[in-house]
Amino acid sequence: MEIVLISLLNGFVYGMLLFMLASGLTLIFSMMGVLNFAHAGIYMIGAYVAYDTSRLIGFWAALIVAPIVCAAIGAAIEVWGLRRTHHNGHIAELLFTFGLFFIIERGVQMIWGMLPVPYRIPTLLDFPLFSLYGIDFPAYRAFMLLVAGVMLLAIWLLLTRTRIGLIIQASLTYPQMVSALGHNVPRVFTIVFAGGCYLAGLAGVIGGNYQVTEPAMAAALGPIVFVVVVFGGLGSLGGCFIASIVIGMVQTFAVAIDGSLGDLLGPVVSWIGTDNLAGEILSIPISRIGPLLPYAMMVLMLVFSPRGLMGTRDT
Amino acid sequence: MTDATILSGEPAVAASPRRTPRQAWLWLGVLILVLVLPWLFYDWHTGRQSGFVLSMLSQMGMMVIFALSYNMLMGQAGLLSFGHAVLFGLPGYATIHFLNAAGNGTFPVPMELIPLVAGFAGLGFGIVYGYIAATQRATAFAMITLGLGELTTVAGIMFHHFFGGEGGISTDRVINQSIFGLSYAQSIQVYYLIVAWTVLAALGMLFLTKTPLGVMANATRDNFERARFMGYDPRTVRFMQFALSGFFAGIGGGLYAITYEIVTYDAVAGTLSANVVLMTYIGGATFFYGPILGGALITLLQSGLSLLSNAWLIYVGVLFIGMVTFAPTGLAGMIEAHGPILRAGRFGRLLKPYLRLSVPAIATLIGFAGVVELTSFLTIGEAQGKHLVLFGATIHARTVAPWLVTAILLIGGGYWLRREIHAFARVWEDLTADLKERSL
Repeated sequence: MEIVLISLLNGFVYGMLLFMLASGLTLIFSMMGVLNFAHAGIYMIGAYVAYDTSRLIGFWAALIVAPIVCAAIGAAIEVWGLRRTHHNGHIAELLFTFGLFFIIERGVQMIWGMLPVPYRIPTLLDFPLFSLYGIDFPAYRAFMLLVAGVMLLAIWLLLTRTRIGLIIQASLTYPQMVSALGHNVPRVFTIVFAGGCYLAGLAGVIGGNYQVTEPAMAAALGPIVFVVVVFGGLGSLGGCFIASIVIGMVQTFAVAIDGSLGDLLGPVVSWIGTDNLAGEILSIPISRIGPLLPYAMMVLMLVFSPRGLMGTRDT
Repeated sequence: MTDATILSGEPAVAASPRRTPRQAWLWLGVLILVLVLPWLFYDWHTGRQSGFVLSMLSQMGMMVIFALSYNMLMGQAGLLSFGHAVLFGLPGYATIHFLNAAGNGTFPVPMELIPLVAGFAGLGFGIVYGYIAATQRATAFAMITLGLGELTTVAGIMFHHFFGGEGGISTDRVINQSIFGLSYAQSIQVYYLIVAWTVLAALGMLFLTKTPLGVMANATRDNFERARFMGYDPRTVRFMQFALSGFFAGIGGGLYAITYEIVTYDAVAGTLSANVVLMTYIGGATFFYGPILGGALITLLQSGLSLLSNAWLIYVGVLFIGMVTFAPTGLAGMIEAHGPILRAGRFGRLLKPYLRLSVPAIATLIGFAGVVELTSFLTIGEAQGKHLVLFGATIHARTVAPWLVTAILLIGGGYWLRREIHAFARVWEDLTADLKERSL
């Protein structure tokens, strides 16, 4: 029971972090048709800039500065990079962001070194908020939930209550029509791209010290965020939210479960034996299979229902 | 237009314009060079060819096969795969098992045919993975292959049967089964095996572009709906193209296993999948020989530049982005663009603009490399205790002077380069317009 509750809480925190990354990615993907490979790279830049800012000024300044830096980088990428490759089609844009990710990853290694940097959570929030069955729940995770919640509310208000939000929403489903109505779609693209990068940067600030700030962090999280976007479906922030929480839960719960696939099947295992590949797959604990699950889910979803959970059109 | 616009901007891959005998001679020359090259680096002290050159050339052979097989998807079918290393690494694993079986006498296949067996293993994996991946096209296809690649990599690390876990599996390639009575203990013998199979695989893939399947792959790339109206199922075309691509990638993977005698999860991992995208695109996906250029160039950079610089991947990344933005047809496309001018014998007019272009280009390049290297020496280089030495003088990355020089070179050179590019573009346009007028 206590494992379930604690995994539920941790899964929710992780899911919210995923959502902060995936919401920006899904907005960009739905509107511009570009699956931004560099998105996780922006997340990493956010974490590193936050580390430097918190060392020089403080964590609260980092919370403001790092996302703005990321948004500026995002706007620059859109205006000087993507817009120029746009006329070459989606594959060129995809490859452009792919190359960009390469450069960001190596650039971060060059500027901040290959080793993890000691980006720690602020002392103000470094205490256990409450204790559940003898296990402390850190206040910082509650703070992460708070930031993610505020962000969720802000996006929702922006998209439903403002004029630019309405245009963005319309462009999610009918980009050509919006352009035909005389709106400056390229500028909307820049705003959405910068906004998505802002969210990724914010996720970097609060995720960098929750996980480890190291050059490999982008490559580790990037594919998972793709899984979330594909799983949730194109053009749907709601689907993206549900997918983030589901993937967060799946990954956290898989770690907590002992036992293996073979335990479920029972007598089949003894028939297959353990000294071959199939037997090994069945006998390996689920906690170790955890990293496989999101990819398996993504592949299955794309094969059987490319629209995702709540998507408005095929991927 | 579909998503594949970029890959179809130029005339189709298969429709290579009348292969002139001159080109055939050129490729024969390349083949002879490849055969002779190891002997040019013969070391009389050890009585052997240079190990570095030999291993680099061997790697090039494998990567050329791998990139060509990738172009069956990217260039010819317009399918962007981010998990192609799976079709390289899994047959590699299989080859290790074949070699082990051959070593203890239970698998009587001569060494010369082991790559072919690996190819069939690749075909098998291509059928399994292709059956799943071919259900979708465009971005969804890319995501499925990414997912399958990650799945396979994690499985490779996790499972000990077949994959050998994190340590991988190894073998001994001296199996004493050979048509020509060779032992394959020396790497020069393996190198010639690689050359032979690279030529065979390249010819096989060239032949495939001329078959109805190859042409239909181009058709589904350019307009998959219209291909469907004509009565072809694009999914079947994608599936067959994917499976056959697996066959050729498998030959490459088999040669990899034979050369290194060990295969770990690196051979299926995302880095290799990413590399093959870079190779194929930089070389030029719209021409059949593009991936050959790309595979050779990237391997050269990988072996040469990585010794000189910690940041060599930055250069490859910038080269790649530059290609995507300014030259989507790759190196091969740039070469082909000169074809009409060369045939008209007007290349002389381009010489001077090229020379004028090269001066600021080199300045910008030095400036850029300087900034990258200085930055990398502040962190990685310092951590490794290396010193930046140029022309015998040690350069300290923490002083102002080197930064100032590189900044001036980068910004000044960049500005000058822009102006020269505009001047060059004017000459180029005049020349092509002139040629067009004459041909009319």
